[in-house]
Amino acid sequence: MNGHPVSDADLHAYVDGQLSAARAAEVAQYLALHDEDAQRVAAYRRQNEALQAAFDPVLAEPVPVRMHSLPDTRSRTKPLQRYAIAAMLLAVGGISGWQLHAYVAVERAQTFYLARVAAVAHAVYSPEVRHPVEVGADQEEHLVRWLSKRLGTSLKIPHLAAQGYSLVGGRLLSSERGPAAQFMYQDLKGQRLTLYVRVSGDAREQTAFRFTQENRVGVFYWLDGRIGYALSGETDRSELLRVAEAVYRQLNP
Amino acid sequence: MNRPVHDVFAARAAQHIPRLRRYARALTGNSSAADDLVQDALERALVKQALWREGSDLRAWLFTIMHNVFINQVRSAAARRTVPLDDAAAELPSPQHADRLEIRDLDVAMQALPDEQRAVVLLVGLEQMTYDEAANVLDVPVGTVMSRLSRGRERLRRLMQGLSDNAPLKVVK
Repeated sequence: MNGHPVSDADLHAYVDGQLSAARAAEVAQYLALHDEDAQRVAAYRRQNEALQAAFDPVLAEPVPVRMHSLPDTRSRTKPLQRYAIAAMLLAVGGISGWQLHAYVAVERAQTFYLARVAAVAHAVYSPEVRHPVEVGADQEEHLVRWLSKRLGTSLKIPHLAAQGYSLVGGRLLSSERGPAAQFMYQDLKGQRLTLYVRVSGDAREQTAFRFTQENRVGVFYWLDGRIGYALSGETDRSELLRVAEAVYRQLNP
Repeated sequence: MNRPVHDVFAARAAQHIPRLRRYARALTGNSSAADDLVQDALERALVKQALWREGSDLRAWLFTIMHNVFINQVRSAAARRTVPLDDAAAELPSPQHADRLEIRDLDVAMQALPDEQRAVVLLVGLEQMTYDEAANVLDVPVGTVMSRLSRGRERLRRLMQGLSDNAPLKVVK
């Protein structure tokens, strides 16, 4: 033992592994001779372990959806519009009043609705074996013409072969704003992604990519002028982002 | 045509959400209050993101913001504290779940610590920050961190001892 007396701060730093190896060895020697302090150190260690055992499970919990859709200070949505959107979300169901409160608080409710509807459409159609699409990729030209006409805008179908996904086909869906389109892709393992497209009436807005998770379905969604896009898949977030970026690049060459 | 800006900052901040939630849960002892706290902190961080220096520790910065939000909440709650007795009683551990009892004891004991001691015990013991990092988050000198840690742990030790000593309640006939 050298000349430095062991202080209370040393005991804590010993528990927390914040001493140099040399000093830790000195403290260990000291503790071998001082039973009361050794018991304190053991109790503090048990506290750290108990805290980790009690609260570490929070790390594995899914992050609440509201934390993925934080307010965007650039948003131009008016408060009244937000309440209307919130009422709509409530009508869609599955959203409790408590969650509704949170959604009202976020400026992004409008685009979030897009993501939610897209996630539901993905969950409904992507497991289909016999009728995943209305029009298959073999009639791609017809598919584009038909859906462009119904949505009232000239649609482009991204090709994602470079990302490992081939087009299965597409279908017409409904949205809160009228007709919407869903394009389905799959990779060699049969993993499916869907791109949901709908036209909004007025908003000429651009947003960043945003991400949300609805149960097992992850969605990247964004607005580009009048058109809202949402790419959904039960795949990990980075893979989905990689494909979303490819979609964006093709739509905005 | 502009390329949409990735919310780089938001995406980076999102990586810290699980840890912020873990700390908030232990700090508040209540999962919905904890998530409200994290949400408020994230919103504030987004508004103030220009103040974050690229290359500095984002986790520490987010914890600092959350700590400030927490302190403000505690202050405003203290100004209008009227806890109905029934609610207070409902927070006490029930003896029905013996296996959960230890964790509930810990939760109860943690909530019995003064806020500033609980924060230090958690930043160091749960979040495993160095004393310097904790001092930075709490904006106090390291010496203050050490004295709060010492008092907090000692108090927690006595509380835990007391709780287990008194666990079997005597039935008074």
